[in-house]
Amino acid sequence: MNQKKRNEWRLGWLLCAPAVTALLVVTAYPILYAVWLSFFRYDLRFPDQRAFIGLDNYVSILTSEVWWHALGNTLMLTIGSVAIELLLGFLLALIMHHTLFWRRAVRAATLIPYAMITVVAALAWKFAFDPTTGFINALLGLDQAWLTERWSAVLVIILTEIWKTTPFMALLLLAGLTLVPYDLIQAARVDGANAWQRFIKIIVPIMKPVILVAVLFRTLDAFRIFDTVFIQTRGAQDTETVSMLGYNTLIVSLNLGLGSAVSVLIFIGVLLISFLFVKGFGTPLTKRGNTDT
Amino acid sequence: MISIRLTLALWIAAIIMLADCSNQRRESIPVLHWYVFDEPSGAFSMAAGRCSEDSQQAYKIELVPLPADTDQQREQLVRRLAAGDTAIDIIGMDVIWTAEFAQAGWVLPWTGKAAEQAKAGRLDAPLQSTVYQNQLWAAPFTTNIQLLWYRTDRVSTPPATWEEMIRLAESLGETGTIQAQGERYEGLTVFFTSLLASIGGSVLDVSGKQISLAQQPTLQTLSMMARFANSSAADRALATAREDQARLAFESGNSSFMVNYTFVWPSVQKNAPEIAKHIGWARWPSMMEGQPSRFTLGGINLGVSAYTPHPQLAFHAAACLAAARHQRIAAELGGLPPTIAALYDEPEIRKTFPFADLLRSSLHDAAQRPQTPLYNDVSMAISRTLHPMRDIEPQKDSVRLRDAIMRALNSEGLL
Repeated sequence: MNQKKRNEWRLGWLLCAPAVTALLVVTAYPILYAVWLSFFRYDLRFPDQRAFIGLDNYVSILTSEVWWHALGNTLMLTIGSVAIELLLGFLLALIMHHTLFWRRAVRAATLIPYAMITVVAALAWKFAFDPTTGFINALLGLDQAWLTERWSAVLVIILTEIWKTTPFMALLLLAGLTLVPYDLIQAARVDGANAWQRFIKIIVPIMKPVILVAVLFRTLDAFRIFDTVFIQTRGAQDTETVSMLGYNTLIVSLNLGLGSAVSVLIFIGVLLISFLFVKGFGTPLTKRGNTDT
Repeated sequence: MISIRLTLALWIAAIIMLADCSNQRRESIPVLHWYVFDEPSGAFSMAAGRCSEDSQQAYKIELVPLPADTDQQREQLVRRLAAGDTAIDIIGMDVIWTAEFAQAGWVLPWTGKAAEQAKAGRLDAPLQSTVYQNQLWAAPFTTNIQLLWYRTDRVSTPPATWEEMIRLAESLGETGTIQAQGERYEGLTVFFTSLLASIGGSVLDVSGKQISLAQQPTLQTLSMMARFANSSAADRALATAREDQARLAFESGNSSFMVNYTFVWPSVQKNAPEIAKHIGWARWPSMMEGQPSRFTLGGINLGVSAYTPHPQLAFHAAACLAAARHQRIAAELGGLPPTIAALYDEPEIRKTFPFADLLRSSLHDAAQRPQTPLYNDVSMAISRTLHPMRDIEPQKDSVRLRDAIMRALNSEGLL
């Protein structure tokens, strides 16, 4: 039996090997290369000035007001969009879960925004809020150039993000809702719990791991927000995010050293968020099921 | 079964051979790719077609359009050039890229006969924009400079200085608005450097390596920008205005002044003939009475990529594209001012540009933007520090500006 298990284990790894190798080549190598580059002064415009400078790039970034500003913007966009997405996502998930007829049609309709390319969605919202071509001003009876000021521009970006990714959140939460045993709800109902109590005391605790995963995924996504901002403001009106900063340094300025350092910092940010989530929520993601049952 | 396989095999072989043949036939005439901004009138593609014909099968020029926005043009080009893309042969280079592209070794220097051709009869300022470290890096093609456009039915004599213009505009009330460029982009840098040059200052010193920004001119320039942006004469949307927004706003009739390039002239005639009747032009306003303004030069030069497989042909083609007859087409169809001095005396050009003499005298005094390989970073530092103009605090921002440009020159700061 033991021998057989070992053989199976080996076969398993053998079968995985091609995929693991491919992943290492396409993810681990670029990540390590970026880390390596971030220790250099390396500007593609001055290739002969390439030199090892240790942590200077990081010092330069972390002492720059531009970085902290961009980080603040990113966190604001992230928290703003994810919080509202969670609420709306729950609502949508409950609707999808409780729909009695045309279930498939309702679910499909909800998912349409998510199926759309972000650039297209961003452009559509940009046009909608445009003072000359858009319908929003006419609808609200306003005469506002939305993308020309900071707060309104941030609002438009957040709205676009919410519209675009709430379905994703809803889909994940819907999967969680199906995990809630129906008997449990019925039992609570018999015990006299009202709808709100059933939701808060039963559904949410059972769904906690799913909520964690959904919020984590969305937060990581939102933290790396790029396309919407790039299309709608190109970072003007003080809406620059950390990803745009990386793009500007790497692609526009061709400064590989400094740009890689920005990318590494974003990566660290992502790791930090994941860590905080998993620790903060205190919910084991893998050992579900053998706790209560 | 076998026969089917055989016919299939034969078909495939035939297709491969045919494809080969057509490939060879195409390759017999080298194709030169000309990367240049998407010129809407078709003047550039006409020039490309004519030069291809004139070459007698020596080469064929294919136009590859780039976005209209300078920043985006540069973004696409440098990405390819940094990777050594051999598909680029001729580059329509904005005047501000000369130093950067030359320093990075992305363009080839012009020497010998080609250089003579490229320099022949050119105005001095556009020619200067193609020179970096005493070497010619491109052929001057079209140039560009802003003028002051104003409504002759509301203003009798055009204002000579900014102060005068702002006062005049304020006294006109509702319709007094001055259209200018205030978005956070290259245009804001141009606005700043032009004001600064008009009062005798400059961003970098002559060497292009050290920061200049003498205190007095810088403070005066920043005060003027803040004064303008906070005056009732500025458009409400100044913080997002580019050249085209300014043009559209002027064409709507609610503005009396506009600083803008010459492309507005054909446009206003077409879109707003009523307003075109009352449009006057003057030199860009100066900072001080009696000291004429110096606007910063724009325009496109033609460079030859260092990675082209056909450098000789590319030089020949670029010289052909930049020749007088194609500058004439670009002027007449596209409204782009030529770089060859003699063209300003031709009757057709004077018909296209009734302000030809004003253009020539403005070009004569034109200022150059900082000639440094780090121009892009320096420009971003300027436009980021000074946007939005309404929030400029001269004392504080002159220090911030110095700081940002220093970091840019050391290519260490984030921008």
